[in-house]
Amino acid sequence: MLTLAEVNYFEPWWVQILKSLVIFAVIFGILPILIVYERKLLGRVQSRYGPNRVGPFGLLQPLAEIVKFAMKEPFRTATSVGYLFRVAPVISIITAVAALAIIPWGDVQHIFGQRVGLYGIDVSIGPLYVFALGGISFYGIMLGGWASGSKYSFLGSMRGAAQLISYEVSQSLSIVGVIITAQTLSLTGIVHAQEGMWYFIPQFVGFLVFLVASFAETNRAPFDLIEADSEIIGYFTEYGGTPFVAYLFAEYANMIVVSGIAVTIFFGGWLLPFGIDPPGWVDPFVVLAKILIVFSFFIWIRATLPRLRYDQLMSFGWKILLPLATLNLLVTAVLVVS
Amino acid sequence: MTPYDVSEDVIEVVRSPSPSPVAGAYRVFGETLRGLKTTFARILEGTTTIQYPEEKTPVYPRFRGRHRLHRFEDTGLEKCVGCSLCAAACPADCIRVVAAENTPENRVSAGERYAAVYEINLSRCIFCGYCEVACPFDAITMGHDYEMSDYTRSDLIFTKEMLLADAIERTPLRREGE
Repeated sequence: MLTLAEVNYFEPWWVQILKSLVIFAVIFGILPILIVYERKLLGRVQSRYGPNRVGPFGLLQPLAEIVKFAMKEPFRTATSVGYLFRVAPVISIITAVAALAIIPWGDVQHIFGQRVGLYGIDVSIGPLYVFALGGISFYGIMLGGWASGSKYSFLGSMRGAAQLISYEVSQSLSIVGVIITAQTLSLTGIVHAQEGMWYFIPQFVGFLVFLVASFAETNRAPFDLIEADSEIIGYFTEYGGTPFVAYLFAEYANMIVVSGIAVTIFFGGWLLPFGIDPPGWVDPFVVLAKILIVFSFFIWIRATLPRLRYDQLMSFGWKILLPLATLNLLVTAVLVVS
Repeated sequence: MTPYDVSEDVIEVVRSPSPSPVAGAYRVFGETLRGLKTTFARILEGTTTIQYPEEKTPVYPRFRGRHRLHRFEDTGLEKCVGCSLCAAACPADCIRVVAAENTPENRVSAGERYAAVYEINLSRCIFCGYCEVACPFDAITMGHDYEMSDYTRSDLIFTKEMLLADAIERTPLRREGE
């Protein structure tokens, strides 16, 4: 019999529910702050402040914007496919949130006399779970573009799908090097395997490929052709109001997921360097701080690099990134075996 | 007439030669790192923004803001004698002056006549300062106030009383060397 992925599951049901609620609440509390943070950091790069009018330090800016979006008329084009048009953003955000479940925020702790793993769920297929959900999230983009009934949205979504599929290959391959070295697919296992050295040093090429592919996967500059803020023609051209917010939140949730995976796989998750071993409750904050640093790097790149042309994007993905990822995988495999 | 030749419309695209592998690698990594360094330096540099309603750019002494009408400091009489030279000089035609004779009982200005009506339509004014130049008695000058937005157009027609009143110093004056 074909067994499904093993799930390392030992908590009572109420701890599971509590855990998922806490992760959900914390991430959705952080998302708007990250949006403000990005805009403020982008402002700093351009010698200005960014939003600072609404609330203290402009922190309530996204709240004001969400209220504004929620007040909008739920408009859709006459040619749109009603049902799919409404479902597409939901698919996007559900897959993004579901992927959050496997980011390990800390080791197994003893809380209320229970053993509680500080993660949503520890599946034995780890990164594959993320890639599977990433595969489903294409439907959010494809259906969104197609169901809009506008040729621009359709073109945007086609471009987007081509980009996401090309870069997902390199992204997955770049992680395989780490998996071979750690000899486990479980994300907590990968973190435990990094107690000697974080993997971004031995797997530096893999790390670079993963980083570049992640920019493409999360539609971030310099690969943000899907969204292309300045040209506006993308898969969500016809979206406004709350569905648009759903897409926006999905994008940022995806960034948290990708940052979390990068932290877990390449930067030692909750581990601290120089043999510092804080008590267990510090772990989530360590992971959060590392995620914030990776997120800042995303913003820094966005502020620096101009958008690639479409043919450059494709040739870079297939001709440079994919061979590099494969070569990295081969060299790692040879080194591990020998 | 020659038949239409398609080949004339073909535009040759000249691209620079592809870089060598070393130059290409430099372009990918070296130039990217240089760009990252540049943007990071901007973060460290701090902001140059002026937070407008709280902070204001100081104006130069010769800044041409909202007009002001003046009185003689000793007698308190208006300097304006209602000669309408400002209205004649105004290229935007935004000044309206109606003159009246001074009488011993009602002495308003130092001259023979005074401006019974003096209106400036600030929604038309282009702040060229010709009225100030044209005035033979320095009765009208350009002040430093530039915050004149209002809700209705009629509120922007400033009467003589408004122009004569002491201006609220809302805009800081630029100091020496600033």
